[in-house]
Amino acid sequence: MWEDVERRFRENAPAVEHCSLRLVEEREEHLSVRRGVLETVSSSLDVGAMVSVVDDGGMGYAATSDLTASGLRHAVDRALAWARETRGRGLVDPARLIRAPQVGEYASVVRIPWDSVPLGDKIDLLRAQSERLKRDRRIEDWEAGLWFTAKETLLVSAGGGCLRQRFHHLLPTLSASANEGAETQTRTFGGHAYCRQGGLEVLEETGFGEAPARIAAEALELLYARNCPSGMMDLLLAPDQMILQIHESIGHPLELDRILGDERNYAGRSFVTLDMFGRYRYGSELLNVTFDPTRHGELASYAFDDEGDPATREEIIREGILLRPLGGRVSQVRSGIRGVASARASSWNRPPIDRMANLNLEAGGSTLDEMIAGIERGVYMKTNCSWSIDDSRNKFQFGCEWARLIENGRLTEVVKNPNYRGISATFWRGLKAVGDADTVDVLGTPYCGKGEPNQAIAVGHASPPCVFADVDVFGGA
Amino acid sequence: MESYFHDVAAILTSLVRGQEIHLSSFYGEDSDFVRMNQGRVRQAGAVAMRSLTVDLIRGRRHASGSVSLSGDLELDRMRIARLVEDLRERSAVVPEDPFLLYATEPHSSARRSENRLPGGGEALEEIQCAARGRDLVGIYAAGDIYCGFANTLGQRNWYANSSYNLDWSFVRSADRAVTANYAGFEWKREELQRKVDAALAELELLSRPARTIPPGRYRVYLAPAALSDFLGLLGWGGFGLRAHRSKTTPLLRMIEQGQRLHPSVRLVENTRAGLAPDFQEEGFLRPDQVPLIEGGAYRECLASPRSAAEYGVPTNGAFAAEMPQSLEVGAGSVPRADVLRQLGKGIYIGNVWYLNYSDRVACRTTGMTRFATFWVENGALQAPLDVMRFDETIYRMLGENLVGLTAEREWILDPSTYSRRSTVTTYVPGALIEDFRLTS
Repeated sequence: MWEDVERRFRENAPAVEHCSLRLVEEREEHLSVRRGVLETVSSSLDVGAMVSVVDDGGMGYAATSDLTASGLRHAVDRALAWARETRGRGLVDPARLIRAPQVGEYASVVRIPWDSVPLGDKIDLLRAQSERLKRDRRIEDWEAGLWFTAKETLLVSAGGGCLRQRFHHLLPTLSASANEGAETQTRTFGGHAYCRQGGLEVLEETGFGEAPARIAAEALELLYARNCPSGMMDLLLAPDQMILQIHESIGHPLELDRILGDERNYAGRSFVTLDMFGRYRYGSELLNVTFDPTRHGELASYAFDDEGDPATREEIIREGILLRPLGGRVSQVRSGIRGVASARASSWNRPPIDRMANLNLEAGGSTLDEMIAGIERGVYMKTNCSWSIDDSRNKFQFGCEWARLIENGRLTEVVKNPNYRGISATFWRGLKAVGDADTVDVLGTPYCGKGEPNQAIAVGHASPPCVFADVDVFGGA
Repeated sequence: MESYFHDVAAILTSLVRGQEIHLSSFYGEDSDFVRMNQGRVRQAGAVAMRSLTVDLIRGRRHASGSVSLSGDLELDRMRIARLVEDLRERSAVVPEDPFLLYATEPHSSARRSENRLPGGGEALEEIQCAARGRDLVGIYAAGDIYCGFANTLGQRNWYANSSYNLDWSFVRSADRAVTANYAGFEWKREELQRKVDAALAELELLSRPARTIPPGRYRVYLAPAALSDFLGLLGWGGFGLRAHRSKTTPLLRMIEQGQRLHPSVRLVENTRAGLAPDFQEEGFLRPDQVPLIEGGAYRECLASPRSAAEYGVPTNGAFAAEMPQSLEVGAGSVPRADVLRQLGKGIYIGNVWYLNYSDRVACRTTGMTRFATFWVENGALQAPLDVMRFDETIYRMLGENLVGLTAEREWILDPSTYSRRSTVTTYVPGALIEDFRLTS
């Protein structure tokens, strides 16, 4: 099919300054066993293409699920029509956005292909996991699931460019909700953040098999825990909360299209301004953040972004100093600032915008025991369950599923409904310990939402646990 | 498009064998999207998409799958045949489903719509003309949406609407901005200009020096858009049967402890008045109305067929997610024109942002004020407020601390476009609330 569609596109591509086709085929399977019963087994095959043109000062796109010759011709006509309508009305001169054609390939490394294991075996695995979650009558709701995605993209330009990329993602999920009267507490498998590129080997890599007993036990323990105490104290965040902290208060504020105002009607603006790059102290000297789409197995690894720019690992924050934004070619042209290859689209029917890809916090030098031992009064929080941040990505309030107090350098009582507040611009300056390489976990989320029209996309975050000084912590009602 | 859908249904009929049953949902969209920033075009284009989801059933074994369609029947016949064959193989492997439930009495229906939309270029020109060079940022989304349902029993349901949704903000500087929306079925230049002028007038109020207030409890007015966002959060699990019976609902205390909201609070899933289709993926028709909360007390859940089978109650045709699609909040008695006088001294909150639960069991929500939020004294807007965080329970807001709801309500057409253009609506009043907690 791919060669046929490419040929039809090249035959129908108009003689304009630039014309490209981005073809996407995405196959998904969802398996879930809830309360011991297999939910409806579902699959999907979503195929379509977007034609983009630049012509005489105008720029337009047209996306279609009709990949026949007439379908592509119609899409070309629609894209040309929008290029005519936007001529002289655009935010940027589209002629400045055209780049030399690129040729290349990428494929996720897969050790145990999804299709190599029969459907019945996968269902049996989830049933067994479901049984392990239901360890007590008070476990009222429980679920074990697998979400598999195989995505293939082809970006071709009339000028000769050809980029083909193949991605395999797996997201294993587990949750257990314990109830007694008017109290319910839920624990999950990393907040549904153990998603990675690869095949079924991800299950072993993430400890999926052993997790149910711990998750159920912790949900039950939380049922009788008291609320997290309030006060200013040191805060130790596990990787499955760190990823949310990185995502919301480093990733989003550094998106260049947001800084340039594109998102002000929807996802918001940013407290970061263009003049901060290269000099602004974002965090303490322990803070090192990289944009790394080259990391093996991480959810948003790729070789080229959806505008065709080659992806490379780049330092975003070095020793606390902000270096560069997360912005693709269009935003770089608009701002005159160097960014990264991060223009991505959620599917064939949405145009690329600036996204995070893999945004990672680099390892430090502390073991987990050393971090705990260094806290006189604090709290250790795990697994995000609540997130809220202002539209400039500055004032935030986040909550976790589970927490344990730290007193005089030792873990003590488990507490429920832990929350904390902070301000991005100052929070990272309180970073006082960063876990070493052995403590790093590679996680991600398939649900990063942004853009008009809206787009939900997969992003990866790898992080060790980290300690923050003097944070405003509190519990439930 | 409707005849194409019937052709697709005929293909499905020809593909099923013996005792097999199919439940098939069609979705199509022909949309224009124009994204704008600084009053100029950031991205503009069109999306044409068609897809089909089929649940193939043999006895109590079944599997579901979806596939993109091209609109070319010969090509689509092959795709659908491959899908059905794949589902046949899968459904042979899976165990019997004890919670399988689908409509067995055919109820066909059709809801059609005349396309009275302007061309995309024409709409863009009128938007830029009305905005008069202001810093306008947002999106114009418009076009046709199609939904269909077909099953082996010959049931056919069809839904089509041609609508537009211009969702935008005018920005004065940094976070000094107002947001507005112009949505409907028949584009009228004069109505657009009226909405633009109203937003610009509000923007003028933001030119006054901003005021900062300390955390504490304040008397507030939540404009309809703000109240709608709180109810949107509550819609995630608050009204679904599955969340209630599994005790994961944020309204757990209403179920377990008989907690009530203010007696004037009435929430209804009003399918008859909303924009969403009145049929769902298992073929059940959705009743005109489902009372969710009446007199401040919990009444009924939205019960999808699957949840209904699991918990042994009748379904009321809810979609699988069991979220309201056409939520209506009963009107109160506070005249909108009297809101500022009755607010007296407090905060006018036009919009809120990024709501989430800080304690789900207590139905305690947190979020930020956004866009037009003003300090009010002596019944008049005094100054814009810097953004503030709130952290408050729904039980207090819409319970003991609810002063009143406005007599007038507003239609809010959800501008959301994740995967597809939303047909969710809310019809909601404003709310006057005392002792609303701001935390930072």
